[in-house]
Amino acid sequence: MSSEHKDIDEVTGTDTTGHDWDGIKELNNPLPRWWLYTLYMCIVWAVAYSIAYPAWPMISGATKGLLGYSTRGEVAADIARFEEANAEISAQLAAADLNTLSENEELMRYATSAGAAVFRTNCSTCHGSGAAGAKGYPNLLDDDWLWGGDFENISYTVRHGIRNEDDWDARYSEMTAFDEILTNDEIDAVVQHVRSISNQEHDATLAEAGATIFYDNCAACHADDGTGSRDLGAPNLTDAIWLYGGDADTLEETVRYARFGVMPNWGTRLTEAEIQAVTAYVHQLGGGE
Amino acid sequence: MSDTQENKGFLAKHGVLERSPTLLLVASLVVVSIGGIVEIAPLFYLENTIEEVEGVRPYSPLELAGRDIYVREGCYVCHSQMIRPMRDEVERYGHYSLAAESMYDHPFQWGSKRTGPDLARVGGKYSDAWHIDHMTDPQSVVPESIMPGYGYLLDVEVNAEYAADVVATHRVVGVPYTDEMIEAAESDVLAQIDPYSDSYDDLLERYPGAQVRNFDGAPGVSEMDALVAYLQMLGTTVDFSTFTPDASR
Repeated sequence: MSSEHKDIDEVTGTDTTGHDWDGIKELNNPLPRWWLYTLYMCIVWAVAYSIAYPAWPMISGATKGLLGYSTRGEVAADIARFEEANAEISAQLAAADLNTLSENEELMRYATSAGAAVFRTNCSTCHGSGAAGAKGYPNLLDDDWLWGGDFENISYTVRHGIRNEDDWDARYSEMTAFDEILTNDEIDAVVQHVRSISNQEHDATLAEAGATIFYDNCAACHADDGTGSRDLGAPNLTDAIWLYGGDADTLEETVRYARFGVMPNWGTRLTEAEIQAVTAYVHQLGGGE
Repeated sequence: MSDTQENKGFLAKHGVLERSPTLLLVASLVVVSIGGIVEIAPLFYLENTIEEVEGVRPYSPLELAGRDIYVREGCYVCHSQMIRPMRDEVERYGHYSLAAESMYDHPFQWGSKRTGPDLARVGGKYSDAWHIDHMTDPQSVVPESIMPGYGYLLDVEVNAEYAADVVATHRVVGVPYTDEMIEAAESDVLAQIDPYSDSYDDLLERYPGAQVRNFDGAPGVSEMDALVAYLQMLGTTVDFSTFTPDASR
């Protein structure tokens, strides 16, 4: 390039580019070799990469690349790899009778740790990361179960959910809203009755009047003594465990407007082994029957 | 200097560009647009980037209103709607998102930053009551959450009067709403919170799989109703038990 106009700078003895700005000349130092070769290698790498991987847009599709890579293929292979690694024990768990699960130590360990992962991913949002629940979302650590706390019942609840519209087999019951059925005085009385059977501070006169109202309106589901019914998901009102609250204001709200807690059905989202695992996990948290 | 340029042919003529700012600007734009043409233009015609997926439908007017609230409140600042094709994301959120699932989104709600979880498949995962509890006071159900509360959505009514305009605007940008859908938009907003309305069947025919119920349990169409209707349908339109995406795409 510079051979045609050798114009050596006197001070440095280096060739110049021939560019001249008011007597100031630009030295024409060659690029460092390491830099130049790195650039050439990058170009070669880019060409090779675009041949090996999907790259060039053509008429109807892009070139597929010699390695046959695809993002979707990779994620499918990745999932398949883990499924295969767990295939044997997952199949064993899916077929296992949970009632005798604790006899098989290895399977039990697998079930509870896999179940813990399923729980944290899907259940903790409502039931809390420690399964202690929140107002309106049952605590799964205690012995109080709305629909039953043995393996079979927990598994059924996980699979079908409660009062959702997506699963015909979802557990279903609906409390009546008594706002327009009972008078204000009757509601006050029945609230005091509920507070009396749950051994809380109450107005004895009102509570006594509330007993008849309770018997006529509430006992069909909550039983005469208020201990509830698991067949109907009707809570036990005599213990100190409250889903929404046992104070007079909350009880009044519950009586007036009823409650309608919904749990989604997980049978369509979780695999058989995952349902078994999360059932085993919830069962061993403390309240399992 | 002009001598040397004449001697060295075309490649040495860069001096011409460098001496004219206008020409330099135009030439730069030409060079930059080549990048766009090569990288972006093919996406509009390549078959393997346009995947047709059964089930994806335009949003119902109420869902559209909810979507506008979602955008207005800046939910996208913390929540993405794009499950990436990676095992950990698929395990946590469900099937990776397909481009077609956002085809009626204007603008799309993808994202690469998450402060909260991805919402692309949140539909049906939680109960309406949970959404309302969570929106009103997030810490009441998720104590470790840093999400702010949006309880005021319960107190603000959705103005169904403008539903037809919103739907028509979406048609302008390419969403295939029919005249019938635009005409019925206002009544569809009201019908979607009333499972006993006369237009229940019509609504579901227009928007298959739409969730129809009074989401917040209170009379009237609140912004909470709209937002929950939108959230409860997210990611539910494609049935992955019957649709298997082409793995080579």
